[in-house]
Amino acid sequence: MKPGFLFALLAFPGILIAQNPADVQKVLQRDFHARGQATMDRVVQDGVQRVCTESNDRPPAELAKQMEADQLKTIAFPQGSLIGDWKNGERIAQNGRGLQWTDPAGAAAGGSCYNCHQLSPQEDSHGTLGPSLLRFGATRGTGPEMQRYVYGKIYNAKAYNLCSQMPRLGTTGTLTSEQIKDLVGLLLDPASPVNK
Amino acid sequence: MRFGFLLCGVLACAPLAAQDAKKEIQKYQQMIAEGSPVELFELEGEALWKKPQGPKSVSLEKCDLGQGPGALKGAYARLPRYFKDADRVMDLETRLLHCMTTLQGRSRDEATKRVFGNENQPSEMEYLSAYVAAQSRGAKLAAGTAHPKEKEAFELGKALFFHRAGGWDMSCASCHGEEGKRIRMQDLPVLSKREFARPIMATWPAYRVSNSQFKTMQWRINDCYRQMRYPEPNFASDATIALNTFLTVTAAGEPYRGPGTKR
Repeated sequence: MKPGFLFALLAFPGILIAQNPADVQKVLQRDFHARGQATMDRVVQDGVQRVCTESNDRPPAELAKQMEADQLKTIAFPQGSLIGDWKNGERIAQNGRGLQWTDPAGAAAGGSCYNCHQLSPQEDSHGTLGPSLLRFGATRGTGPEMQRYVYGKIYNAKAYNLCSQMPRLGTTGTLTSEQIKDLVGLLLDPASPVNK
Repeated sequence: MRFGFLLCGVLACAPLAAQDAKKEIQKYQQMIAEGSPVELFELEGEALWKKPQGPKSVSLEKCDLGQGPGALKGAYARLPRYFKDADRVMDLETRLLHCMTTLQGRSRDEATKRVFGNENQPSEMEYLSAYVAAQSRGAKLAAGTAHPKEKEAFELGKALFFHRAGGWDMSCASCHGEEGKRIRMQDLPVLSKREFARPIMATWPAYRVSNSQFKTMQWRINDCYRQMRYPEPNFASDATIALNTFLTVTAAGEPYRGPGTKR
């Protein structure tokens, strides 16, 4: 048994990855092709993707802190209230399109929020990969700090939890600043069904 | 269900409502399995298997899927596996493509022009997969694990399963990594674990009721990568075969009972 093999076994019990991410990336570059807006630069890992793959989503605490701070810098916070139109936010949360090779480039994308989260109680068909956000604003408050946190979390989830499974919806250009504000509205506005 | 909510309050009733939904989904799954048109795809696949095609005007009846030329019984259950003549690990669709280009003399371009069908017209690959897979009903899944290239495919498949990339930073494990999770109402099996991989891999390829189409494993992997916001995997590429190998080896021992019927 090679020492590297043993190390991998000890570091990530139960999950043994023989190929390193750089080799896997080469396979993706060889075996995938660009289609529509899904271009080949997407298989080139950035630092976050590489560290999370290498550490099996458990990055060393110090490194995670430093990289989260770097991710935070990618967020462009708008001035003033961040609470947009919750009705539009509900439509964005329902919409699962965007960034796929079947989606027309330039068309407005959705946030795919209901794929993973419970939001409005009227929507029974919600996923459970992420936490339930039912009554989010009603239980957490709606002040400027909370608005900023929710806006930032949607814009770049990796700024708050480096290996979160949630996409970086602002950083990747999936959602516009206005759309993210509308989602903040859906979560925080006392009139939103999420908080009723 | 609304009435139930009113009676015992949101918090107390939420688990009950979830259980009800689960039961309803199980009932629905049983119902659709009973009325499945899978057999029609098998019959059409058999006709295609026996139909002379390509420049050489020969059928696929001499195609060797690993158990000898034309031997179909239990062949699908032993795929993916290493094929000496191609010096490569191959899954069912890759091997069918190999037979189309070698036996029938068809070009790769022509044979892969339409590998995934639609609701109006299924693809040749889909019909053939239904026919071949059906000849493995009752056979235990036993993808190749002995040859060095089979071991390599398994390791690559596992690494791909946990590799995070693409427009949304996802790996397969982003959705198939934790027990008891759903996307919308769809349960997500933890495919890196034996007990979850077994029933899934034993029922692909499959007829999908939601879009009235018969789908292959190559399509399943392709469509996951689409939703993961990756570029498109090449049909019958080593990456797709490696993932299929990882999943099928993880499911080893499960008696094949497909082609299945999915929601």
